[in-house]
Amino acid sequence: MEHNIPKPPTAIKEEILSKYPPKVARKRNKSIVIRDPEDEQKIQANVRTIPGIITQRGCAYAGCKGVVLGPTRDIINITHGPIGCGFYSWLTRRNQTKPEGAEGENYMTYCFSTDMQDSNIVFGGEKKLREAIQEAYDLFKPKAISVFSTCPVGLIGDDVHAIAKEMKKKLGINVFAFSCEGYKGVSQSAGHHIANNGLFKHVVGLDDTVREGDFKINMLGEYNIGGDAFELERILELAGFTLISTFSGNSDMGRFANSHTADLNVIMCHRSINYMAEMMETKFGIPWLKVNFTGAKATAKSLRKMAQYFGDKKLINRVEKLIRNEMAAVNKVLSETRPRCEGKLAMLFVGGSRAHHYQELFNELGMKTVCAGYEFGHRDDYEGRDVLPDIKIDADSRNIEELFVEKDEKRYRPRKTSEEILELKKKGLEIGEYNGLMAEMSKQSLVVDDITHYETEKLIEFYKPHIFCAGIKEKYVVQKMGVPLKQLHSYDYGGPYAGFRGAINFYQEIDRMVNTRIWDLITPPWEKNGAEITAEFVSL
Amino acid sequence: MRKIAIYGKGGIGKSTTTQNTVAGLAEMGKEVLVVGCDPKADSTRLLLGGLAQKTVLDTLREEGEEIELDDIIKLGCGNVRCVESGGPEPGVGCAGRGIITSINLLEQLGAYDEKHETEYAFYDVLGDVVCGGFAMPMREGKAQEIYIVVSGEMMAMYAANNICKGIVKFADAGGVRLGGIICNSRMVDNEKEMIEEFAKGLGTQMIHFIPRDNVVQRAEINRKTVIEYEPEHSQADEYRTLARKIDENDMFVVPTPMKIDDLENLLVDFGMV
Repeated sequence: MEHNIPKPPTAIKEEILSKYPPKVARKRNKSIVIRDPEDEQKIQANVRTIPGIITQRGCAYAGCKGVVLGPTRDIINITHGPIGCGFYSWLTRRNQTKPEGAEGENYMTYCFSTDMQDSNIVFGGEKKLREAIQEAYDLFKPKAISVFSTCPVGLIGDDVHAIAKEMKKKLGINVFAFSCEGYKGVSQSAGHHIANNGLFKHVVGLDDTVREGDFKINMLGEYNIGGDAFELERILELAGFTLISTFSGNSDMGRFANSHTADLNVIMCHRSINYMAEMMETKFGIPWLKVNFTGAKATAKSLRKMAQYFGDKKLINRVEKLIRNEMAAVNKVLSETRPRCEGKLAMLFVGGSRAHHYQELFNELGMKTVCAGYEFGHRDDYEGRDVLPDIKIDADSRNIEELFVEKDEKRYRPRKTSEEILELKKKGLEIGEYNGLMAEMSKQSLVVDDITHYETEKLIEFYKPHIFCAGIKEKYVVQKMGVPLKQLHSYDYGGPYAGFRGAINFYQEIDRMVNTRIWDLITPPWEKNGAEITAEFVSL
Repeated sequence: MRKIAIYGKGGIGKSTTTQNTVAGLAEMGKEVLVVGCDPKADSTRLLLGGLAQKTVLDTLREEGEEIELDDIIKLGCGNVRCVESGGPEPGVGCAGRGIITSINLLEQLGAYDEKHETEYAFYDVLGDVVCGGFAMPMREGKAQEIYIVVSGEMMAMYAANNICKGIVKFADAGGVRLGGIICNSRMVDNEKEMIEEFAKGLGTQMIHFIPRDNVVQRAEINRKTVIEYEPEHSQADEYRTLARKIDENDMFVVPTPMKIDDLENLLVDFGMV
């Protein structure tokens, strides 16, 4: 493919908008921002999708069951609804897990659903749900069962929470439910919030056992796609941190229950889990740090921040030693791959954090992200948390329960005094802060929220990127245009991409994808200019 | 076959009026089918002499797919064929979806087939048109004629006006038309004149004014229509008249729902004597 040096996208933005009806154009205009770091720029995000644009977005059920609760191995997740929702959310995110020993519980490979039928809709599905919980319990005797509501459940008003409560009492195990009907909110983001609330209400803080270990942390917003969490666990252990719980990659119920005993929360995916960090800080006094383990340098930077927070000399030295060791291997691969990737262009349209995090990896390869945006991010994920007071709470967000959280008088324990926090902040440690995606993007790059299909095609034609990162819904459309697509929801068949070894995997994968000649063969010879095919019919 | 749906505010007397009118039509020798669309399943009680029969949805739930029409249709007084759609207990499930399921099933089982020589199919629908399910009888050409039961009470008229909005919505797609307003008197001042004016405002007619009489109550206690219970009573004649008027009716309109202000003014003009 012929490569165009990025030019200002002013004209292409105007061209795209001119094809829309006026009202749509006005709305899209606010979600397409030509980056100018000198200007304080606003972007419209987390608003209703315009019907017909072919959005990338998912639903609240996907966010709650699929993203946040899905990666936990020892909770039986029952989808209350017709079979499709359960079936199509069955292991599709490639979350991995490592049960403890051969007998360790792992229900992630199963798909549990109440498989509602017409008569359950008419007469209510409560009876069937009760039976499903009982059946799951009889078969597996799990520690916990959770219930996820799909759209029809909300419409007919089955009281899933009452059933959960009743069965919890009857079975003597933890049973809790989520009102995560797909239609709630404007994207899967609503489901993340609902999942955070449910876990916080029903699980976090159930077990006060203080576990052995120094520098206790929780890793929030890490979902162990393609084995990311395994690599991060390796690094954290070598660095000397004690991982209490991950929300929720390679996690189990017992770790969630105990997570309030950690001394620091580190957040990977800000969008899906920041609620949990805030609530844990308010109730238990645990500060949080935004980190990014995507990219080797980003990983090193994040580890240093965490060590700085604890301020222990030995820990700091250990982290530095680890970084030195790991970076040797990283740099070896980078020196091979970078020369082949340097100067190439990437477009990133994924997630509520990934479109930000993965820019680090492309930077390390010398590639430029010319255009990026989220599917379900909010303004604070783009502009940073400073804008939080300015974000208007619309009706769609009000629809989602906001928990009222207070200090737990018995268990609240400030991990740092306010003077210590202030001192750390003065030294540049951004505790409880996140600056968002836009801060990373250079002048005249393009930021697009909830990108439309039409915009995707036009912008691919405009930028002629060497790689496009999104999900399965976009994959083949983009590839038919001759551009390789890397799935950053499921990682296609690859991963891990987090941490140092993950970075190495990613360099090799991107090198392979952007340098293969296969994309030159997309246009068949007979469609190329000047080609002429001649043939004669031969009669026998 | 004329397919007629009876709508109106809850408690206005839809089921009573429908069954008594159907009794009148049956007496005229008409072949009638009554489909109760209320989860309470009490739309055919007077014709059947009690709440004896199994509903469509209960049968569906218990029998699965093996359902015969005879399992759900019972013959009532005057050879009227009676069906109850049924539905969930109050506060659970979705009664609207139940009505959709039930009406579709009746069609599939051939309840409306020509071999039954049905001349009238009546749908007696629960209260207000609260959701899509309750609008089912007016959708997709299921019922072509609607009669709204109303009284001179304000809330009954509000409900009737709202139902008219529903009819307008489905008039284009389903071809449904309003056949008239039936006034089931509550002895409100100036009731007849007010409802006549109200009907005019909606672009339709008050097809009949049914005076209030306690014989209706006595007949109900005895699980009978007035025509069966006291055939000589003047109230029986009122229902016979309504049956005849419906049989002869040729005024079918797309209603013009009133603006709330106009409706309130009407109440002030007629209601305050």
